[in-house]
Amino acid sequence: MKLYDYVLSPSCYKVRLMAALTGVALDIRPVDFHPGAEHRGPELLALNPAGSIPILEDGDLVLTESSAMLVYLAAKAAPQWLGNDAAGPAASVQQWLSFSHRLTASLGAARLHEMLLRPGNIDVLRAQATAALRELEAGLVEQRIRGQCFLASDRPTVADIACFPYVALAPDGGVSLDPYPAIRLWSRAIRAIDGFIEMPGIHRLHELKPEPVLEGGEA
Amino acid sequence: MTRNAMIDEWYPVGLASQLDAHGRKTALMGEPIEVRLGEDGNAEVTGGNGRVLPACIRYGHVWASLGDPQKPLFAIPEADQPGRRLVDVGVVRVRCSPLRAVENFLDIAHFPFVHTDILGAEPHTEVQNYKVEIREDEDEVWATQVQFYQPQAAKSAEGGITTQYMYRVPAPTCSILYKTCPPRPGEWDVITLFVQPLAEDLCDVWPWMALFDDETPMTDLIHFQQTIFVQDRSILENQIPGLLPLDPGMEIPTRADLTSVAYRRWLKRHGYTYGAQLVAQ
Ligand SMILES: N[C@H](CCC(=O)N[C@@H](CS)C(=O)NCC(=O)O)C(=O)O
Ligand SMILES: [Fe+2]
Repeated sequence: MKLYDYVLSPSCYKVRLMAALTGVALDIRPVDFHPGAEHRGPELLALNPAGSIPILEDGDLVLTESSAMLVYLAAKAAPQWLGNDAAGPAASVQQWLSFSHRLTASLGAARLHEMLLRPGNIDVLRAQATAALRELEAGLVEQRIRGQCFLASDRPTVADIACFPYVALAPDGGVSLDPYPAIRLWSRAIRAIDGFIEMPGIHRLHELKPEPVLEGGEA
Repeated sequence: MTRNAMIDEWYPVGLASQLDAHGRKTALMGEPIEVRLGEDGNAEVTGGNGRVLPACIRYGHVWASLGDPQKPLFAIPEADQPGRRLVDVGVVRVRCSPLRAVENFLDIAHFPFVHTDILGAEPHTEVQNYKVEIREDEDEVWATQVQFYQPQAAKSAEGGITTQYMYRVPAPTCSILYKTCPPRPGEWDVITLFVQPLAEDLCDVWPWMALFDDETPMTDLIHFQQTIFVQDRSILENQIPGLLPLDPGMEIPTRADLTSVAYRRWLKRHGYTYGAQLVAQ
Protein backbone atom coordinates (compact mmCIF):
# COMPACT_ATOMS: atom_id res chain seq x y z
CA MET A 1 0.00 0.00 0.00
CA LYS A 2 1.54 3.29 -1.07
CA LEU A 3 1.00 6.54 0.80
CA TYR A 4 1.85 9.87 -0.79
CA ASP A 5 2.98 11.54 2.36
CA TYR A 6 4.30 14.74 3.91
CA VAL A 7 5.86 14.54 7.39
CA LEU A 8 4.31 17.80 8.61
CA SER A 9 0.82 17.08 7.27
CA PRO A 10 -1.68 16.17 9.99
CA SER A 11 -3.92 14.53 7.36
CA CYS A 12 -1.09 12.25 6.25
CA TYR A 13 -0.24 11.54 9.87
CA LYS A 14 -3.81 10.25 10.40
CA VAL A 15 -3.07 7.51 7.89
CA ARG A 16 0.40 6.73 9.27
CA LEU A 17 -1.04 6.54 12.78
CA MET A 18 -3.94 4.31 11.75
CA ALA A 19 -1.57 2.01 9.87
CA ALA A 20 0.70 1.76 12.91
CA LEU A 21 -2.25 1.02 15.20
CA THR A 22 -3.66 -1.65 12.90
CA GLY A 23 -0.29 -3.18 12.02
CA VAL A 24 -0.41 -2.37 8.30
CA ALA A 25 2.91 -1.69 6.54
CA LEU A 26 2.90 1.38 4.30
CA ASP A 27 5.18 2.14 1.44
CA ILE A 28 5.86 5.85 1.99
CA ARG A 29 6.32 8.10 -1.03
CA PRO A 30 7.45 11.52 0.33
CA VAL A 31 5.88 14.53 -1.41
CA ASP A 32 7.69 17.88 -1.51
CA PHE A 33 4.61 19.78 -0.27
CA HIS A 34 6.70 22.66 1.08
CA PRO A 35 8.53 24.47 -0.38
CA GLY A 36 8.12 22.55 -3.66
CA ALA A 37 4.28 22.41 -3.95
CA GLU A 38 4.69 19.01 -5.61
CA HIS A 39 1.08 18.13 -4.75
CA ARG A 40 0.00 20.70 -7.34
CA GLY A 41 2.32 19.32 -10.01
CA PRO A 42 1.16 17.23 -13.00
CA GLU A 43 2.02 13.79 -11.55
CA LEU A 44 0.01 14.21 -8.37
CA LEU A 45 -2.83 16.20 -9.95
CA ALA A 46 -3.33 13.26 -12.32
CA LEU A 47 -3.85 11.06 -9.26
CA ASN A 48 -5.83 13.59 -7.24
CA PRO A 49 -7.37 16.51 -9.14
CA ALA A 50 -8.18 18.14 -5.80
CA GLY A 51 -4.46 18.82 -5.36
CA SER A 52 -4.31 17.59 -1.78
CA ILE A 53 -2.48 14.88 0.10
CA PRO A 54 -2.63 12.21 1.45
CA ILE A 55 -3.25 9.87 -1.45
CA LEU A 56 -3.39 6.13 -0.79
CA GLU A 57 -2.89 3.59 -3.56
CA ASP A 58 -3.56 -0.11 -3.18
CA GLY A 59 -3.54 -1.95 -6.49
CA ASP A 60 -6.19 -0.27 -8.61
CA LEU A 61 -7.72 1.52 -5.68
CA VAL A 62 -6.86 5.21 -5.26
CA LEU A 63 -8.19 7.09 -2.23
CA THR A 64 -7.86 10.85 -1.78
CA GLU A 65 -9.86 11.38 1.42
CA SER A 66 -8.13 10.55 4.68
CA SER A 67 -11.38 9.40 6.33
CA ALA A 68 -11.86 6.82 3.60
CA MET A 69 -8.27 5.68 4.09
CA LEU A 70 -8.84 5.16 7.83
CA VAL A 71 -11.92 3.07 7.11
CA TYR A 72 -10.05 1.08 4.48
CA LEU A 73 -7.15 0.26 6.81
CA ALA A 74 -9.48 -0.65 9.66
CA ALA A 75 -11.78 -2.80 7.50
CA LYS A 76 -8.81 -4.67 6.09
CA ALA A 77 -6.72 -5.23 9.19
CA ALA A 78 -8.56 -4.42 12.41
CA PRO A 79 -12.35 -4.05 12.08
CA GLN A 80 -12.76 -3.24 15.79
CA TRP A 81 -11.57 0.27 14.84
CA LEU A 82 -14.78 0.74 12.79
CA GLY A 83 -16.84 0.80 16.00
CA ASN A 84 -20.11 -0.80 16.82
CA ASP A 85 -22.46 -1.23 13.84
CA ALA A 86 -25.72 -0.53 15.71
CA ALA A 87 -27.53 2.45 14.20
CA GLY A 88 -26.61 5.04 16.85
CA PRO A 89 -22.87 4.34 17.24
CA ALA A 90 -22.40 3.73 13.49
CA ALA A 91 -23.94 7.10 12.72
CA SER A 92 -21.87 8.72 15.42
CA VAL A 93 -18.66 7.44 13.78
CA GLN A 94 -19.82 8.93 10.47
CA GLN A 95 -20.80 12.18 12.17
CA TRP A 96 -17.28 12.66 13.58
CA LEU A 97 -15.56 11.54 10.38
CA SER A 98 -17.45 14.28 8.52
CA PHE A 99 -16.92 16.75 11.34
CA SER A 100 -13.14 16.22 11.05
CA HIS A 101 -13.18 18.25 7.81
CA ARG A 102 -14.17 21.31 9.81
CA LEU A 103 -11.03 20.84 11.88
CA THR A 104 -8.92 20.65 8.72
CA ALA A 105 -10.56 23.76 7.28
CA SER A 106 -10.17 25.83 10.45
CA LEU A 107 -7.32 24.56 12.66
CA GLY A 108 -5.41 23.17 9.68
CA ALA A 109 -5.67 26.40 7.71
CA ALA A 110 -4.71 28.48 10.77
CA ARG A 111 -1.63 26.29 11.22
CA LEU A 112 -0.61 26.59 7.54
CA HIS A 113 -1.06 30.35 7.81
CA GLU A 114 0.99 30.72 10.98
CA MET A 115 3.69 28.23 10.16
CA LEU A 116 4.13 28.05 6.38
CA LEU A 117 2.86 31.55 5.45
CA ARG A 118 -0.26 30.41 3.58
CA PRO A 119 -2.74 33.22 2.84
CA GLY A 120 -5.91 33.30 4.94
CA ASN A 121 -7.88 35.40 7.38
CA ILE A 122 -6.42 34.24 10.66
CA ASP A 123 -9.11 35.80 12.88
CA VAL A 124 -11.90 34.10 10.95
CA LEU A 125 -10.03 30.78 10.94
CA ARG A 126 -9.44 30.94 14.68
CA ALA A 127 -13.09 31.79 15.33
CA GLN A 128 -14.17 28.78 13.24
CA ALA A 129 -11.61 26.63 15.04
CA THR A 130 -12.93 27.71 18.42
CA ALA A 131 -16.49 26.86 17.40
CA ALA A 132 -15.38 23.39 16.28
CA LEU A 133 -13.33 22.78 19.45
CA ARG A 134 -16.29 23.77 21.65
CA GLU A 135 -18.45 21.27 19.82
CA LEU A 136 -15.83 18.56 20.23
CA GLU A 137 -15.42 19.37 23.93
CA ALA A 138 -19.20 19.12 24.43
CA GLY A 139 -19.28 15.79 22.60
CA LEU A 140 -16.50 14.38 24.75
CA VAL A 141 -18.11 15.59 27.97
CA GLU A 142 -21.35 13.81 26.99
CA GLN A 143 -19.37 10.67 26.26
CA ARG A 144 -17.75 10.84 29.71
CA ILE A 145 -21.17 11.11 31.32
CA ARG A 146 -22.06 7.91 29.46
CA GLY A 147 -18.88 6.40 30.85
CA GLN A 148 -17.04 6.39 27.50
CA CYS A 149 -13.59 7.89 26.93
CA PHE A 150 -13.70 8.08 23.13
CA LEU A 151 -15.83 9.90 20.57
CA ALA A 152 -18.13 7.12 19.42
CA SER A 153 -17.54 4.25 21.78
CA ASP A 154 -15.78 3.06 24.92
CA ARG A 155 -12.84 2.19 22.72
CA PRO A 156 -11.04 4.28 20.10
CA THR A 157 -12.36 4.17 16.54
CA VAL A 158 -11.51 5.71 13.20
CA ALA A 159 -13.48 8.77 14.36
CA ASP A 160 -10.92 9.53 17.07
CA ILE A 161 -8.00 9.14 14.68
CA ALA A 162 -9.71 11.45 12.17
CA CYS A 163 -10.17 14.22 14.74
CA PHE A 164 -7.06 13.89 16.88
CA PRO A 165 -4.18 15.31 14.77
CA TYR A 166 -5.49 18.80 13.94
CA VAL A 167 -6.74 19.19 17.51
CA ALA A 168 -3.43 18.17 19.07
CA LEU A 169 -1.63 20.63 16.78
CA ALA A 170 -4.01 23.54 17.49
CA PRO A 171 -1.27 25.56 19.30
CA ASP A 172 0.77 25.58 16.05
CA GLY A 173 -1.94 27.84 14.64
CA GLY A 174 -2.07 29.98 17.77
CA VAL A 175 -5.17 28.27 19.20
CA SER A 176 -4.80 27.21 22.84
CA LEU A 177 -6.26 23.99 24.21
CA ASP A 178 -6.26 25.31 27.80
CA PRO A 179 -10.05 25.92 27.87
CA TYR A 180 -10.87 22.30 26.94
CA PRO A 181 -10.22 19.80 29.77
CA ALA A 182 -12.16 16.95 28.14
CA ILE A 183 -10.16 17.36 24.93
CA ARG A 184 -6.93 17.23 26.90
CA LEU A 185 -7.96 14.00 28.66
CA TRP A 186 -9.03 12.48 25.35
CA SER A 187 -5.70 13.46 23.79
CA ARG A 188 -3.88 11.69 26.62
CA ALA A 189 -6.04 8.61 26.16
CA ILE A 190 -5.20 8.48 22.45
CA ARG A 191 -1.49 8.93 23.05
CA ALA A 192 -1.63 6.07 25.56
CA ILE A 193 -2.92 3.55 22.99
CA ASP A 194 -0.50 0.68 22.34
CA GLY A 195 1.42 1.26 19.14
CA PHE A 196 0.86 5.05 19.09
CA ILE A 197 3.36 6.94 16.94
CA GLU A 198 4.32 10.64 17.01
CA MET A 199 4.67 13.38 14.43
CA PRO A 200 6.59 16.67 14.78
CA GLY A 201 4.59 18.77 17.25
CA ILE A 202 2.75 15.79 18.77
CA HIS A 203 4.71 14.23 21.58
CA ARG A 204 4.50 10.82 23.13
CA LEU A 205 3.30 10.66 26.73
CA HIS A 206 6.18 11.12 29.08
CA GLU A 207 6.81 8.01 31.02
CA LEU A 208 5.42 8.26 34.49
CA LYS A 209 8.05 9.23 37.02
CA PRO A 210 8.93 6.42 39.42
CA GLU A 211 7.35 6.78 42.83
CA PRO A 212 9.47 8.85 45.15
CA VAL A 213 11.29 6.77 47.74
CA LEU A 214 10.61 8.09 51.23
CA GLU A 215 13.17 7.57 53.98
CA GLY A 216 11.82 6.08 57.22
CA GLY A 217 11.68 9.30 59.24
CA GLU A 218 10.22 11.46 56.44
CA ALA A 219 7.01 9.55 55.87
CA MET B 1 16.02 55.21 20.72
CA THR B 2 19.47 54.93 19.15
CA ARG B 3 19.95 53.38 15.74
CA ASN B 4 20.30 49.65 16.20
CA ALA B 5 23.51 48.12 14.89
CA MET B 6 21.46 45.28 13.41
CA ILE B 7 20.10 47.68 10.76
CA ASP B 8 23.35 47.33 8.81
CA GLU B 9 23.38 43.53 8.77
CA TRP B 10 22.31 41.14 6.01
CA TYR B 11 19.15 39.06 6.38
CA PRO B 12 17.52 36.31 4.32
CA VAL B 13 14.26 37.51 2.77
CA GLY B 14 13.24 34.67 0.47
CA LEU B 15 14.26 31.64 -1.56
CA ALA B 16 16.18 32.48 -4.72
CA SER B 17 14.33 29.65 -6.50
CA GLN B 18 10.98 31.34 -5.81
CA LEU B 19 11.91 34.83 -6.98
CA ASP B 20 9.56 36.19 -9.61
CA ALA B 21 8.84 39.50 -11.29
CA HIS B 22 5.51 39.71 -9.51
CA GLY B 23 7.27 39.98 -6.15
CA ARG B 24 6.53 39.01 -2.60
CA LYS B 25 5.65 41.27 0.30
CA THR B 26 7.39 40.57 3.55
CA ALA B 27 9.07 42.55 6.36
CA LEU B 28 12.41 43.23 7.98
CA MET B 29 12.64 44.49 11.55
CA GLY B 30 9.16 45.94 11.44
CA GLU B 31 9.53 47.58 8.03
CA PRO B 32 7.42 46.26 5.16
CA ILE B 33 9.61 45.29 2.21
CA GLU B 34 9.06 43.80 -1.23
CA VAL B 35 11.29 41.21 -2.88
CA ARG B 36 11.17 40.60 -6.62
CA LEU B 37 13.19 39.53 -9.62
CA GLY B 38 14.64 42.59 -11.35
CA GLU B 39 14.87 42.96 -15.12
CA ASP B 40 18.63 42.36 -14.94
CA GLY B 41 18.09 38.95 -13.30
CA ASN B 42 19.18 40.15 -9.87
CA ALA B 43 17.04 40.37 -6.80
CA GLU B 44 15.39 43.74 -6.26
CA VAL B 45 14.35 44.60 -2.72
CA THR B 46 12.53 47.79 -1.79
CA GLY B 47 11.84 49.20 1.64
CA GLY B 48 8.74 50.73 3.14
CA ASN B 49 9.21 54.11 1.47
CA GLY B 50 10.10 52.56 -1.90
CA ARG B 51 13.86 53.05 -1.45
CA VAL B 52 16.06 50.39 -3.02
CA LEU B 53 17.83 48.23 -0.46
CA PRO B 54 21.21 46.52 -0.80
CA ALA B 55 20.47 42.96 -1.98
CA CYS B 56 22.26 39.87 -3.21
CA ILE B 57 21.60 36.19 -3.95
CA ARG B 58 23.69 33.61 -2.10
CA TYR B 59 23.29 30.17 -0.49
CA GLY B 60 19.92 29.58 -2.12
CA HIS B 61 18.42 32.74 -0.66
CA VAL B 62 17.87 36.41 -1.37
CA TRP B 63 19.61 38.64 1.17
CA ALA B 64 18.91 42.27 1.97
CA SER B 65 19.83 44.97 4.46
CA LEU B 66 17.90 47.98 5.71
CA GLY B 67 21.07 50.03 6.21
CA ASP B 68 24.62 50.18 4.88
CA PRO B 69 26.30 46.81 5.29
CA GLN B 70 29.93 47.35 6.29
CA LYS B 71 30.95 43.92 4.97
CA PRO B 72 29.79 41.62 2.19
CA LEU B 73 27.64 38.69 3.29
CA PHE B 74 29.69 36.19 5.35
CA ALA B 75 31.53 33.45 3.46
CA ILE B 76 30.70 29.74 3.63
CA PRO B 77 33.60 28.33 1.60
CA GLU B 78 32.22 24.78 1.84
CA ALA B 79 29.10 25.87 -0.04
CA ASP B 80 31.15 26.11 -3.24
CA GLN B 81 32.83 22.72 -2.87
CA PRO B 82 31.94 20.47 -5.80
CA GLY B 83 29.84 17.41 -5.05
CA ARG B 84 27.65 18.90 -2.35
CA ARG B 85 23.85 18.75 -2.54
CA LEU B 86 22.36 22.16 -1.77
CA VAL B 87 19.05 21.85 0.04
CA ASP B 88 16.46 24.64 0.25
CA VAL B 89 14.47 23.50 3.27
CA GLY B 90 11.83 26.26 2.98
CA VAL B 91 10.48 28.84 5.37
CA VAL B 92 8.94 28.15 8.78
CA ARG B 93 7.44 31.07 10.70
CA VAL B 94 7.95 31.13 14.45
CA ARG B 95 6.42 33.50 16.99
CA CYS B 96 9.66 34.09 18.88
CA SER B 97 12.61 36.45 19.04
CA PRO B 98 14.99 35.97 16.10
CA LEU B 99 17.86 35.83 18.60
CA ARG B 100 16.11 33.08 20.55
CA ALA B 101 15.82 31.02 17.35
CA VAL B 102 19.60 31.19 16.89
CA GLU B 103 20.31 30.53 20.56
CA ASN B 104 18.20 27.36 20.49
CA PHE B 105 20.07 26.18 17.40
CA LEU B 106 23.35 26.50 19.33
CA ASP B 107 22.14 24.42 22.26
CA ILE B 108 22.91 20.71 21.99
CA ALA B 109 21.67 19.81 25.46
CA HIS B 110 18.06 19.75 24.23
CA PHE B 111 18.66 17.05 21.58
CA PRO B 112 17.65 13.96 23.61
CA PHE B 113 14.52 15.65 24.94
CA VAL B 114 13.21 17.48 21.87
CA HIS B 115 14.65 15.40 19.01
CA THR B 116 14.27 12.08 20.79
CA ASP B 117 15.63 9.08 18.87
CA ILE B 118 16.92 11.28 16.04
CA LEU B 119 19.53 13.74 17.32
CA GLY B 120 19.67 12.38 20.84
CA ALA B 121 18.28 9.73 23.15
CA GLU B 122 18.15 9.05 26.82
CA PRO B 123 20.26 8.01 28.67
CA HIS B 124 22.94 9.63 26.43
CA THR B 125 22.25 13.15 27.66
CA GLU B 126 25.79 14.09 28.73
CA VAL B 127 27.38 17.00 26.83
CA GLN B 128 31.15 16.53 26.90
CA ASN B 129 33.53 19.43 27.37
CA TYR B 130 34.14 21.57 24.31
CA LYS B 131 35.74 24.85 23.32
CA VAL B 132 34.01 28.20 22.79
CA GLU B 133 35.63 31.42 21.61
CA ILE B 134 34.88 34.76 20.03
CA ARG B 135 37.33 34.87 17.12
CA GLU B 136 38.48 38.46 17.00
CA ASP B 137 39.82 38.46 13.42
CA GLU B 138 36.67 37.08 11.86
CA ASP B 139 34.47 38.67 14.52
CA GLU B 140 32.48 35.45 14.87
CA VAL B 141 31.42 33.14 17.67
CA TRP B 142 32.81 29.58 17.33
CA ALA B 143 32.24 26.41 19.32
CA THR B 144 34.51 23.49 18.43
CA GLN B 145 35.27 19.95 19.63
CA VAL B 146 31.62 19.35 20.41
CA GLN B 147 30.70 15.66 20.61
CA PHE B 148 27.38 13.98 21.05
CA TYR B 149 25.93 10.50 20.72
CA GLN B 150 23.14 10.46 18.12
CA PRO B 151 20.76 7.64 17.18
CA GLN B 152 20.21 9.05 13.66
CA ALA B 153 22.60 11.92 13.04
CA ALA B 154 21.65 12.38 9.39
CA LYS B 155 19.40 10.85 6.78
CA SER B 156 22.52 9.09 5.53
CA ALA B 157 23.50 7.67 8.96
CA GLU B 158 22.89 4.01 9.64
CA GLY B 159 22.32 3.54 13.33
CA GLY B 160 23.79 5.50 16.22
CA ILE B 161 27.12 7.30 15.99
CA THR B 162 29.08 9.78 18.07
CA THR B 163 28.86 12.96 16.04
CA GLN B 164 31.38 15.80 16.03
CA TYR B 165 30.06 19.33 15.72
CA MET B 166 31.32 22.85 15.19
CA TYR B 167 29.07 25.86 15.51
CA ARG B 168 29.67 29.24 14.02
CA VAL B 169 27.76 32.54 14.35
CA PRO B 170 28.89 34.93 11.61
CA ALA B 171 25.93 37.36 11.86
CA PRO B 172 23.46 38.15 14.62
CA THR B 173 20.62 36.05 13.18
CA CYS B 174 22.55 33.39 11.25
CA SER B 175 24.28 30.28 12.46
CA ILE B 176 26.18 27.57 10.62
CA LEU B 177 26.69 24.13 12.00
CA TYR B 178 29.36 21.76 10.74
CA LYS B 179 28.80 18.15 11.56
CA THR B 180 30.28 14.70 10.93
CA CYS B 181 29.38 13.59 7.44
CA PRO B 182 28.57 9.85 7.63
CA PRO B 183 29.32 8.97 3.97
CA ARG B 184 32.53 11.09 3.82
CA PRO B 185 34.69 10.94 6.90
CA GLY B 186 37.02 13.93 6.89
CA GLU B 187 34.45 16.34 5.45
CA TRP B 188 31.83 18.30 7.33
CA ASP B 189 28.17 18.54 6.43
CA VAL B 190 26.95 22.15 6.52
CA ILE B 191 23.59 22.92 8.09
CA THR B 192 22.55 26.52 8.48
CA LEU B 193 19.84 28.46 10.18
CA PHE B 194 19.19 31.76 8.43
CA VAL B 195 16.71 33.86 10.39
CA GLN B 196 14.73 36.78 8.98
CA PRO B 197 13.68 39.10 11.82
CA LEU B 198 10.13 40.29 11.04
CA ALA B 199 9.61 41.84 14.47
CA GLU B 200 11.31 41.52 17.84
CA ASP B 201 9.06 38.57 18.65
CA LEU B 202 8.41 37.11 15.19
CA CYS B 203 10.69 35.55 12.62
CA ASP B 204 10.79 33.58 9.41
CA VAL B 205 13.39 30.84 9.61
CA TRP B 206 15.06 29.58 6.44
CA PRO B 207 17.13 26.46 7.14
CA TRP B 208 19.57 25.52 4.37
CA MET B 209 22.05 22.69 3.92
CA ALA B 210 25.09 21.76 1.83
CA LEU B 211 25.63 18.02 2.22
CA PHE B 212 27.66 15.19 0.84
CA ASP B 213 24.97 12.61 0.22
CA ASP B 214 24.37 11.18 -3.22
CA GLU B 215 21.86 8.60 -2.11
CA THR B 216 19.01 10.25 -0.26
CA PRO B 217 16.27 11.77 -2.44
CA MET B 218 16.02 15.58 -2.12
CA THR B 219 12.52 15.44 -0.63
CA ASP B 220 13.72 13.14 2.17
CA LEU B 221 16.54 15.56 3.01
CA ILE B 222 14.02 18.43 3.18
CA HIS B 223 11.63 16.42 5.35
CA PHE B 224 14.37 15.32 7.73
CA GLN B 225 15.38 18.92 8.44
CA GLN B 226 11.78 20.21 8.59
CA THR B 227 10.96 17.50 11.11
CA ILE B 228 13.79 18.63 13.35
CA PHE B 229 12.99 22.29 13.06
CA VAL B 230 9.27 21.89 13.67
CA GLN B 231 10.07 19.88 16.81
CA ASP B 232 11.85 23.04 18.03
CA ARG B 233 9.11 25.40 16.99
CA SER B 234 6.65 24.79 19.81
CA ILE B 235 9.47 25.03 22.37
CA LEU B 236 10.57 28.35 20.87
CA GLU B 237 7.04 29.74 20.94
CA ASN B 238 6.74 28.98 24.65
CA GLN B 239 10.03 30.37 25.93
CA ILE B 240 9.95 32.77 28.86
CA PRO B 241 10.98 35.54 28.69
CA GLY B 242 10.22 35.91 24.99
CA LEU B 243 13.06 38.32 24.29
CA LEU B 244 16.64 37.11 24.76
CA PRO B 245 17.98 38.41 28.09
CA LEU B 246 21.39 40.06 27.64
CA ASP B 247 22.06 40.86 31.27
CA PRO B 248 24.53 38.59 32.97
CA GLY B 249 23.05 36.63 35.81
CA MET B 250 19.54 36.32 34.52
CA GLU B 251 19.73 32.71 33.44
CA ILE B 252 22.30 30.46 35.05
CA PRO B 253 24.44 28.86 32.37
CA THR B 254 25.47 25.21 32.47
CA ARG B 255 28.37 23.77 30.52
CA ALA B 256 26.13 23.01 27.59
CA ASP B 257 25.14 26.66 27.43
CA LEU B 258 28.68 28.02 27.01
CA THR B 259 28.01 28.78 23.37
CA SER B 260 24.88 30.66 24.30
CA VAL B 261 26.82 32.72 26.85
CA ALA B 262 29.43 33.64 24.23
CA TYR B 263 26.69 34.45 21.71
CA ARG B 264 24.96 36.78 24.16
CA ARG B 265 28.23 38.46 25.10
CA TRP B 266 29.03 38.99 21.41
CA LEU B 267 25.54 40.39 20.71
CA LYS B 268 25.82 42.78 23.63
CA ARG B 269 29.28 43.93 22.66
CA HIS B 270 28.03 44.90 19.19
CA GLY B 271 24.74 46.38 20.32
CA TYR B 272 22.85 43.68 18.41
CA THR B 273 19.81 44.07 20.58
CA TYR B 274 16.80 43.72 18.26
CA GLY B 275 14.89 40.85 19.90
CA ALA B 276 16.83 41.18 23.15
CA GLN B 277 15.86 42.30 26.59
CA LEU B 278 18.47 44.50 28.24
CA VAL B 279 17.23 45.01 31.75
CA ALA B 280 16.02 42.31 34.05
CA GLN B 281 12.23 42.55 34.24
N1 LIG C 1 -8.86 15.30 1.18
C1 LIG C 1 -8.56 15.78 2.51
C2 LIG C 1 -7.38 16.74 2.36
C3 LIG C 1 -6.59 16.96 3.60
C4 LIG C 1 -5.76 18.23 3.46
O1 LIG C 1 -6.29 19.35 3.57
N2 LIG C 1 -4.47 18.08 3.19
C5 LIG C 1 -3.59 19.23 3.08
C6 LIG C 1 -2.25 18.90 3.64
S1 LIG C 1 -2.33 18.70 5.39
C7 LIG C 1 -3.41 19.59 1.63
O2 LIG C 1 -3.11 18.74 0.83
N3 LIG C 1 -3.64 20.85 1.29
C8 LIG C 1 -3.46 21.31 -0.04
C9 LIG C 1 -2.86 22.66 -0.02
O3 LIG C 1 -2.85 23.27 1.05
O4 LIG C 1 -2.38 23.10 -1.07
C10 LIG C 1 -8.24 14.63 3.42
O5 LIG C 1 -7.72 13.63 2.93
O6 LIG C 1 -8.53 14.72 4.62
FE1 LIG D 1 16.40 21.58 18.26
